[in-house]
Amino acid sequence: MFKPFATLIFLAFIPLLTQAQTTVSGRVTSAKKKPLAGVNIAIAGTYDGATTAADGSFSFTTTVKGERLLTASLMGYQTLEIKTDLATATQLNLILKESVNELKMVTISAGSFEASDEKKNTVLKPLDIVTTAGANADIVSALKTLPGAQQVGEKEGLFVRGGTGYETQTFIDGMLVRNPFTSGMPDFAARGRFSPFLFKGTTFSSGGYSAQYGQGLSSALVLESTDLPDRSSYSLGIGSVGPSVGVDILSKNKKQAYGFEMDYFNLSPYFALVKQQQKPTIAPQGFNSSGNYRLKTSKTGMLKIFVNATWNRFGFQGESLEYPGFNEDFELENKYLYTNVSYRENLGKGWKLNLGTSFSTNQDRIYMDTIGKSPAPTRINARQDLSQFRLMVTRMLGRFSMLRIGSEYQYADERSRFNQYDIDYVDSYSATFAEADVYFTPRFVGRLGARYEYTSLLRASNIAPRASLAYKLDDKSQVAFAYGEFYQKPEQQYLRMQHDLAFMRATHYIASYQRISEFYTLRGEVFYKKYHDLVKTVPGLNNNGTGYAKGAELFWRDRKSIKNVDYWLSYSYLDTKRDYLNYPFEVQPDFAARHTATLVYKHYIPAVQLNVGATYSFATGRPYYDPNRPESEFMKDRTRNLNTLSLNLNYLTTVGKAFTVFVFTMSNVLGNDQEYGFRYSSDKLRRRMVGPMAPRFFYLGMFMSFGIDRRQEVIDRQ
Amino acid sequence: MKRMLFSLLFTGITIAANAQSEQYNDAMKQQVGMLDSSSTYSAGGMQQLANTFERIAEAEKTQWLPYYYAAYCRVNEAYMAKDKGKVDGLADKALLNIEKALALKGKNSEISCIQSMISSARIAVDPMTRGPKYGPESGAFLEEAKQLDPENPRVYMLQGQSLLYTPEAFGGSKTKAKEALELSLQKYAAFKPESAIAPNWGEAYVKQLLAGIK
Repeated sequence: MFKPFATLIFLAFIPLLTQAQTTVSGRVTSAKKKPLAGVNIAIAGTYDGATTAADGSFSFTTTVKGERLLTASLMGYQTLEIKTDLATATQLNLILKESVNELKMVTISAGSFEASDEKKNTVLKPLDIVTTAGANADIVSALKTLPGAQQVGEKEGLFVRGGTGYETQTFIDGMLVRNPFTSGMPDFAARGRFSPFLFKGTTFSSGGYSAQYGQGLSSALVLESTDLPDRSSYSLGIGSVGPSVGVDILSKNKKQAYGFEMDYFNLSPYFALVKQQQKPTIAPQGFNSSGNYRLKTSKTGMLKIFVNATWNRFGFQGESLEYPGFNEDFELENKYLYTNVSYRENLGKGWKLNLGTSFSTNQDRIYMDTIGKSPAPTRINARQDLSQFRLMVTRMLGRFSMLRIGSEYQYADERSRFNQYDIDYVDSYSATFAEADVYFTPRFVGRLGARYEYTSLLRASNIAPRASLAYKLDDKSQVAFAYGEFYQKPEQQYLRMQHDLAFMRATHYIASYQRISEFYTLRGEVFYKKYHDLVKTVPGLNNNGTGYAKGAELFWRDRKSIKNVDYWLSYSYLDTKRDYLNYPFEVQPDFAARHTATLVYKHYIPAVQLNVGATYSFATGRPYYDPNRPESEFMKDRTRNLNTLSLNLNYLTTVGKAFTVFVFTMSNVLGNDQEYGFRYSSDKLRRRMVGPMAPRFFYLGMFMSFGIDRRQEVIDRQ
Repeated sequence: MKRMLFSLLFTGITIAANAQSEQYNDAMKQQVGMLDSSSTYSAGGMQQLANTFERIAEAEKTQWLPYYYAAYCRVNEAYMAKDKGKVDGLADKALLNIEKALALKGKNSEISCIQSMISSARIAVDPMTRGPKYGPESGAFLEEAKQLDPENPRVYMLQGQSLLYTPEAFGGSKTKAKEALELSLQKYAAFKPESAIAPNWGEAYVKQLLAGIK
């Protein structure tokens, strides 16, 4: 009787009696035997545990007994769980494996410079693109400070690794953009149409790019539009070229946003102050408006609609090269409309869908005349319409690998009227691509893909294989290789004349090394590119052109060594020759410089709230042909070396309730001569230098923002 | 006899249950008491506290305070981290904890304060790029905290701190910071924490900040 009672009493007090203590101890290291400090050691379901010391050791006492689950967790490592009998849990040796995250994973890097806020390990941030002095918030101008791009000032576009501006294509949300630049004068580069602030990600690929994109022999500029803004905002600006206003409204439930931006510019006040090389007959003026609507259709779904409409005109009068003593008129009026609708959604089970459609129409009316001379004035009326659809599905394969399959269709309607002559054509272009990113290990990735294209106009098809490999050497550095075949239709001006041309083709080989740490970036790349089937205009239009480009490039960025200073340095060496258009044989083309270097410097002075930026560009002289020389000396002459220094200053302050920034920018501060090339009269007796309209350009402005602080954005617009 | 047996048995169980909640209160009191101590005022100290709070949180699972304090210590660790590359990982860990606290407790002024601190901490990684995004986000959480409880002194403390460390060009102001911090001190004087382990940190820090301004 008494015995069971005693047992019961004993049992009832077990929770109190078992408070006897056991010691648990050990040491935690990484797989590479490095001691790990700060590891949280815990016995699951109890408070008992410890944090490891600097040498990775831990020791604590516990009142629980028996076999228990012991966990060890530390940021950046996979949590370790082991079952252990606490009675023997002393001098444990625990090894934590590094967890695989974005920073530790290798990325496809050969040939591409990416600017993104969302992704880590990128060389640039979107802000970097727009805070570059001399770029004046033009995406392409800013990208010219990166290796691979040439300093070509007389034509728009990115001239990449021995390629022409036409060989670089622009894509917005996966879709090709026709007429990405404003319409300008011959021999003067025009600005890009799209503000850098429309995009959350910008990738500049100088070769070897993905099978998702086609129709660029040299390079792809891939732009990704922004999603919902963080807050509603309003902005007002006034500058030496005109006013601007913008509104961006985010709904209360943060599911949708809409906004518009408008600006008007007119350069007559500026031209009254600063003399231009040619006399403006119609001062450049224009109106630019854009609207957007973005809707979060579900947790992962997003619908975006973007519309942009612009109008601009200008006219200049300059001395005729052909007829000395006479003047030439050039007038242009441009209307442009661009729309882009895109939708993306996660379909579940690792499937993702991207849908897009886009329409653009561009109309140029040009008037040219040598005053008082026959022939009669030339009138050109040109219009380009492009409609397109794109569908892409992505399937995740395992944790990191993925397969992309997509298809696109473009319908181009190209019309032009040269005085009374009409030369029109249409082209249906379709493409299908498949591409897989395969992570053999988190450190080693391969991207293999191919693209099939067909155009109805050329009645030609092609299959372009692409391949890329990247291997991560350690946490900061990686090596990468890329190969690809790239096809492109001949330029519209030749297609218009003759429809039975073939695709032009380029083959790329790239090897690169990069090392990115918190404050420093070092990158080197070598490449070889072979051109086939380039368009020649002599004797008739044909595809017999050839060429090559090879070179080495270096990029260095340092955000730490000098306080409040961020700078980068780019250098490109380019050896290229081509036989195309009217060239008699393979020779270094007139748009290619052998050595190009750029220094971008950004300095913030907190005491006076001033941002100072400077960009210095250098390029060796480019070839030009003096027709007085024999043909065997084609492109033997060289222009002067190019040197330019651009500056910008931003002062931040508050006016009333509005955050305000005052801006001053100046290009070519030192007034160096910029010699892009020469034009010769047909009798070879006279020549004219091709250069900018004025040695310098300056701009003064004030921007105010209400609501969200957009001053940073304004600084960045310069 | 039988009754006696049962009552004895019952007593034993009750003692065990009480011991459990007493253990919780004791452990929490001990850890919370270390929050404002100078010995824990370092990244390592904060990490150790955060680890302990996480252990308590995971053992209890139904108490919001351990998650709340774990988040608070984690975000402080992020502020004090010398390697800016660690800030995002720490802020993510803090966020995970505060979201668990939010799920258990519902909207609460103290929780909003921590959310605001997490957003602010992320700015340090790249102020130029992140300021425009996370600055307003942090401000919005603070505004929410104020609406949920205008008497919470930590709202004004964080406001003052933000005004003090934001460059004047971006809306910072020493005089406004001082006003906010002084208001915060008044609120601290009137503030009565709900229990011995409820949030009540920060007064010493406010005094320290104010001393720095004068």
